[in-house]
Amino acid sequence: MDQIILQILNGLDKGSAYALIALGLTLIFGTLGVVNFAHGALFMLGAFCAVTLSRILTISHTVIDETKKDFLGNPLKVEVPYVNDWFGEATGQAIIDWSVPLSILFAIPVMIAIGVIMERGLIKHFYKRPHADQILVTFGLAIVLQEIVKYYYGANQIPTPAPEAFIGSFDFGALIGMDPGSIIYPYWRIVYFCFAMVLIGAVFAFLQFTTFGMVVRAGMADRETVGLLGINIDRRFTVMFGIAAAVAGLAGVMYTPINPPNYHMGMDFLVISFVVVVVGGMGSLPGAILAGLVLGILESFASMRQVIEVLPGINQVVIYLAAIIILLTRPRGLMGRKGVMED
Amino acid sequence: MLGLSKKDTSLLIAVAVLVALAPVLLNPFPENSALAQFNAGYPDLMQRFVIFGIFAIGFNILFGLTGYLSFGHAAFLGAGSYAGVWMLKLLTINVIPAILISTVVAGLFAILIGYISLRRSGIYFSILTLAFAQMSFALAASVLTPITGGETGLQTALNDPRILDGVNDSGNIPAPNLFGLEMGDSLQVNVAGWLWTFNAGYYVAGIIMLIAFYVAIRIFRSPFGIMLRAIKSNQQRLNYTGLNTRPYMLACFVISGMYAGLAGGLMVAMDPLAGAERMQWTASGEVVLMTILGGVGTLIGPVLGAGLIKYFENIFSKINSNLLHKWFSFLPDGLEDFVVTIIYPFIGKGWHLTLGLMFMGVIIFLPGGLVELGQRISRSFSKNKNDAAEQKPAE
Repeated sequence: MDQIILQILNGLDKGSAYALIALGLTLIFGTLGVVNFAHGALFMLGAFCAVTLSRILTISHTVIDETKKDFLGNPLKVEVPYVNDWFGEATGQAIIDWSVPLSILFAIPVMIAIGVIMERGLIKHFYKRPHADQILVTFGLAIVLQEIVKYYYGANQIPTPAPEAFIGSFDFGALIGMDPGSIIYPYWRIVYFCFAMVLIGAVFAFLQFTTFGMVVRAGMADRETVGLLGINIDRRFTVMFGIAAAVAGLAGVMYTPINPPNYHMGMDFLVISFVVVVVGGMGSLPGAILAGLVLGILESFASMRQVIEVLPGINQVVIYLAAIIILLTRPRGLMGRKGVMED
Repeated sequence: MLGLSKKDTSLLIAVAVLVALAPVLLNPFPENSALAQFNAGYPDLMQRFVIFGIFAIGFNILFGLTGYLSFGHAAFLGAGSYAGVWMLKLLTINVIPAILISTVVAGLFAILIGYISLRRSGIYFSILTLAFAQMSFALAASVLTPITGGETGLQTALNDPRILDGVNDSGNIPAPNLFGLEMGDSLQVNVAGWLWTFNAGYYVAGIIMLIAFYVAIRIFRSPFGIMLRAIKSNQQRLNYTGLNTRPYMLACFVISGMYAGLAGGLMVAMDPLAGAERMQWTASGEVVLMTILGGVGTLIGPVLGAGLIKYFENIFSKINSNLLHKWFSFLPDGLEDFVVTIIYPFIGKGWHLTLGLMFMGVIIFLPGGLVELGQRISRSFSKNKNDAAEQKPAE
């Protein structure tokens, strides 16, 4: 029993990353009809927003500290970040410590801007081209973004720790009335899962309860008619692209403490996210989220020792296997809408 | 000739001449000159040109003719490589069985994957092939280690049985050969500072590439090829006329997979080592890049694209900042640094950036790739001539 709960928990954090990326992909596909292979790169850019912010925050100047001596007896030079000067020592350190959550505020405008520029500058010209062309040009864009990041940040993983308060694990088993010590789970993963749920809820609420969202949904259903009603649907879709980019970026920001970012992390997630979108059903937002979580949990169950002993290697292939089975038995995916990408 | 039209025959002959003279043509700079590092006429790189040429020709038969974008073609290359190494290990060090078996094994593998993947089309087909390739890669790197050598890769060893070769008592691992002609053997000719290397392995691969190219031309021009083009332009209409397109698609997919397997077999024939990374989806992406860059659906395009990308990979990635400084040393100091800073991110380790930009440029502005570029240039020339001709009578 505790094993099962532990595996479900393990699956949820990875699954929620899949779900967030797949949500963005589906938003773009549902609104603009574009298959965006650069979405993994947006996830990666989000992660590097967190890296950038933590670097900006730790920009320092050197002061000579008379109270401390180095081994030669000279006064020690200490690096003092500027934030310490501005906000005082304690607040400054706290800001640096909380750089990853703070990056959310930093990443939202940056990612929306990147998304809007990408849509207006490149994707806009590809609406009428075949899907293969869209895949290929965004694939090229992903390579370019990746290489730019590699040029500025290097090829190595950059550790970006979570705030002190969330480092370490807590006893999840005791919380739900099981034996203490049976389920130990890192804090940050729970934070990530909650964050993902909030973000997904926010996107859905935005689409469901605002006029803007209503127009976008109408546009998804019938773009032409909405256009004929005198609404500038293209501009709204551009904004949706920005939002999708921001969702992917935030997924990346919060994922940095779990997996230190490097320049090709986006590609690794992208392949799986596409599988997730297809399993969930092209163009279905709830499907993308359901499929993301289900596949994440499936993957973590397949990595259990007992399972690997019976079926060696299953943990590596279970997602793809599930995708193949679903595509062949339910061609529209789990919750695919009728008439979307049926060819 | 050989059942080809005049135009195709001259194309084939042109390619044959280029392949035959490549060691000379690709070494335009004398050995000790400053530009010698732009020479591409060394065996290893030339072998890669033709082998990836075969791979891209095969991919183009699928993508160019039918429009089905496979993102998992590297799986067949990898399967072919493994089969090839096993032949070199178990049967004989002669490369012929290795190349044949790797083609056959890749073909069988393609039947299996194609039978399932071709139930869907469009993006779903891309995802399915991608999923299969990633599965093969993950399995090859982990569970199938006894067969594939896992992450270290599979290679020939001293104590392999090699039942056709008899006892090996030389104490060395035998090198792959073609009836005694070792693939690594080269004839070096030094003419007035130019060094030309005529490599046996390159010519073996080159001849096979020409055969593959010839077969591809025949496929493009055959009724079968026309049927595949019909699938690309409107599959639904074909279905409505009572034709079952699936056998055609499967045949095309298998042929394309066999080309990839042939390339994999040649790869291990040149260097008997196969690793799982050959199956990774980035490798599949690479062949897509080659085909698009050269020109989808054209005969010569994929070969050009393969050559261009491999050239970039090997030559551009070697340029470093010292060299750049040397080249631009004629500029004033400040300007020199500026120019080097601008160019540096695009070369050396950053050549992927150039590749990505080039690729995007091609898709945006030149969907037909390099071949279209050539056509446009030649058309603009001939247009000028026509204009001139039209103007004459007016005078």
